[in-house]
Amino acid sequence: MKKIVFVLFLIGVMVACSTSDDSSQDDENTGDFDRSAMLANWADNIILPGYADFSSEVDEMELAMTDFTNTPNLENLNALRTAWQEAYVIWQRVSMFEVGPAETNGLRLNLNIYPTNTEQITQNIEDGTYNLSLSSNRSAKGFPALDYLLFGIESTDQGIVDRYAGTNGEEERNYLTDIVVDIRVLTEEVKDAWANGYRDTFVNNDGASATASVDRFVNDYIFYFEKHLRAGKMGIPAGVFSGTPIPESIEAFYKADLSKTLFLEGLQASQNFFNGRHYDGNGQGESLSSYLDELDTMKNGESLKTIINDQFDLARTSVMSLSNFSEELNQTPPIQFLEAYDEVQRAVPLLKVDMVSAMSIAIDFVDADGD
Amino acid sequence: MKSKLSSYLNEYTEAAPLAVFRILFGLMMVISMVRFWMNGWIEKLYIHPDFHFKFYGFEWVQSLGVYTYVLFFICGLSALFVAVGFKYRWSVSIFFLSFTYIELIDKTTYLNHYYFISVLAFLLIFLPAGAYFSVDAVRAYKKQGDPSMSGDLIPKWTIDSLKVLLSVVYIYAGLAKLNSDWLIEALPLKIWLPSKFDTPLIGSMFGQPWIHYLFSWFGAAYDLCIPFLLLYKRTRIFAFVLVVVFHVLTRVLFPIGMFPYIMIVSALIFFDAGFHKRIVLFLSSLFRYPLELLESNKKKQLINLGKQRIALFVTAALLFFQLVFPWRYLLYPGELFWTEEGYRFSWRVMLMEKSGYAQFKIVDPETGKRFYVDNSDFLTPFQEKQMSFQPDFILEYAHYLCNHFTKKGHRRVEVYAEVQVALNGRLSRAYIDPNVNLAKEKESIRHKNWILPFDDAIKGL
Repeated sequence: MKKIVFVLFLIGVMVACSTSDDSSQDDENTGDFDRSAMLANWADNIILPGYADFSSEVDEMELAMTDFTNTPNLENLNALRTAWQEAYVIWQRVSMFEVGPAETNGLRLNLNIYPTNTEQITQNIEDGTYNLSLSSNRSAKGFPALDYLLFGIESTDQGIVDRYAGTNGEEERNYLTDIVVDIRVLTEEVKDAWANGYRDTFVNNDGASATASVDRFVNDYIFYFEKHLRAGKMGIPAGVFSGTPIPESIEAFYKADLSKTLFLEGLQASQNFFNGRHYDGNGQGESLSSYLDELDTMKNGESLKTIINDQFDLARTSVMSLSNFSEELNQTPPIQFLEAYDEVQRAVPLLKVDMVSAMSIAIDFVDADGD
Repeated sequence: MKSKLSSYLNEYTEAAPLAVFRILFGLMMVISMVRFWMNGWIEKLYIHPDFHFKFYGFEWVQSLGVYTYVLFFICGLSALFVAVGFKYRWSVSIFFLSFTYIELIDKTTYLNHYYFISVLAFLLIFLPAGAYFSVDAVRAYKKQGDPSMSGDLIPKWTIDSLKVLLSVVYIYAGLAKLNSDWLIEALPLKIWLPSKFDTPLIGSMFGQPWIHYLFSWFGAAYDLCIPFLLLYKRTRIFAFVLVVVFHVLTRVLFPIGMFPYIMIVSALIFFDAGFHKRIVLFLSSLFRYPLELLESNKKKQLINLGKQRIALFVTAALLFFQLVFPWRYLLYPGELFWTEEGYRFSWRVMLMEKSGYAQFKIVDPETGKRFYVDNSDFLTPFQEKQMSFQPDFILEYAHYLCNHFTKKGHRRVEVYAEVQVALNGRLSRAYIDPNVNLAKEKESIRHKNWILPFDDAIKGL
């Protein structure tokens, strides 16, 4: 009987121990590497300043838009175009943060679906009634729609101005206004949510589980790099996944000389994030690279941090050596463009295999047993 | 020698340990099935995917679609029947078949512990685990005239065969750890443990190198020694405490589901019959089980001598197979951890940190058109993850892609894989020869010469 009691006791202990671990969310973070410091650096020095900057660029764009719709002339058009371009470039620095409020809001889906659907845009303008919050309208708004509305809706600059001028242009002016306001509203919502509470939620969720901030964010970050930067901005237009180039699927198709700038901005933002570089450029904090240092991930005598940074640099150099993306894509096949793409591609396994395996972060976490 | 063997085979012992084992095993399986169902895994793993990776030789096993739920129900119900000992031989046979069928649907979900359960269930078909303290025994008793069903003595080898099987699992798991990565580099625990920093009480120490070595060495020593400590009466209690501590720790640290509990209750088979008898008597008082059935001192005859011979032969063959099959990796060239040729079905548990990234290039040799595949169009994230570092998965998927794109209007397509794999913290490197058209390679148990060399050495077994 004593033995049975003893065994029952052991089983009791075992159940108690193992059930407590499922739900435990220890605030105490006593691992060697301070994950919460990294989260705080991401939130306070990169994400919040990023959204603040982007939001003010969007405000500028809205002002320029108001000027243009009030007085449609060449000068105001060019001012609006410049404001659009500046906001679009800064967007590249925050696009990867599709977590928390931005994820709830679908910020990236609402702001940057391309190629834009010109038929839908034309239809919406003609109808005069449309619900921009419908997912079917996502490809008819955001920055790519503005790209079309400001650069592609007519073949000459004067033609574009004329399109918006006069009583005939009222519908176009309204649509332009609604799209810019839509961007501004969504951006503000995300910025405000981060400022009012989400920052702490994010930083405090500093555990090691698959739903903790670090794991989720690293997944989002790699997803951005692989799907949006690598595939969206280069791979798909180059026909990597289809066999023939699809030049019209490039980002900023109508302002054709901008695509390369946007890509490079996104690449730089990815690298800066990896290194924990502050948004204002002054200083650096805890980051994926310092995490790798802490884990002491040496590969053949070289640190993984260096290997990844070298690959980022190589990718940037090879993309910078290209001409405008639209010109490159006119080559058949676009050999140089594909070679540059390959350099970008080579960073993916370094992040998705080497980095996450060093950190024991599950990619596309699967809720199933292991052994 | 021969007489020694035959006298051993004729040795009888109390049936209680086997009955307790049957009950606990059955209950564990019921819980496992319910848990699987409740987690939504039936849908996610067996119904939702368009494509399933098949075990070599079992390509004919198909997902039953929505009827997979029925299969799980049958599996769970038969496990319950096993636990209570109702139509035992039928129940455990059906359990074995349904459970194994489920596991054969998709090798993405392969786990050593599922294999262990299949092996165990198979063995249980041939053991008289339903003869004592079971619904069958009561029914036979009520019918009268069937003395064979009420015996409380069974051949000793039947219980010993379970002990041998468990010992093989542990010892082979221990032998697999005798390699330079595990012992000298403390890999992969050096990678895994630091990420468990939020484990209650001990998480803060997981960044310390000495902890990584302690866990590695303790783990290897544990696996190698525990069967002997359990067999030896004076260390048995201590050994069982170790079993509980070890498996609870692995449960806390790693997502290994029911496995720790199954191993803990299985280890009870090493305890004396007296211990199990007390459990049986305790349970009898709860269920008003006829006590006269528990102490009849009758030998359980396995219906006839011929059937007993078959049971003995199958058991011996199974145990021999278990002893030999894990060594098949020696027949393959190259590093086992890298090629994984002979890796499965060998009790290599939680042994390496390996992950990969695979891209497939489809080439139409006639038009020269080439493009890459988006794996998420065809595979679930789980399948893609498992596929990207295991050569047999890579080949099977390449064939699937070949078929798919041939149907889509290409007359003939070539499939090339560009795969990067990282093993135990080494920098990822090319895994598959990117110049080999996998569409033309056949699956076989022979060495796959399109796996690129590891160019490093992991010394040891």
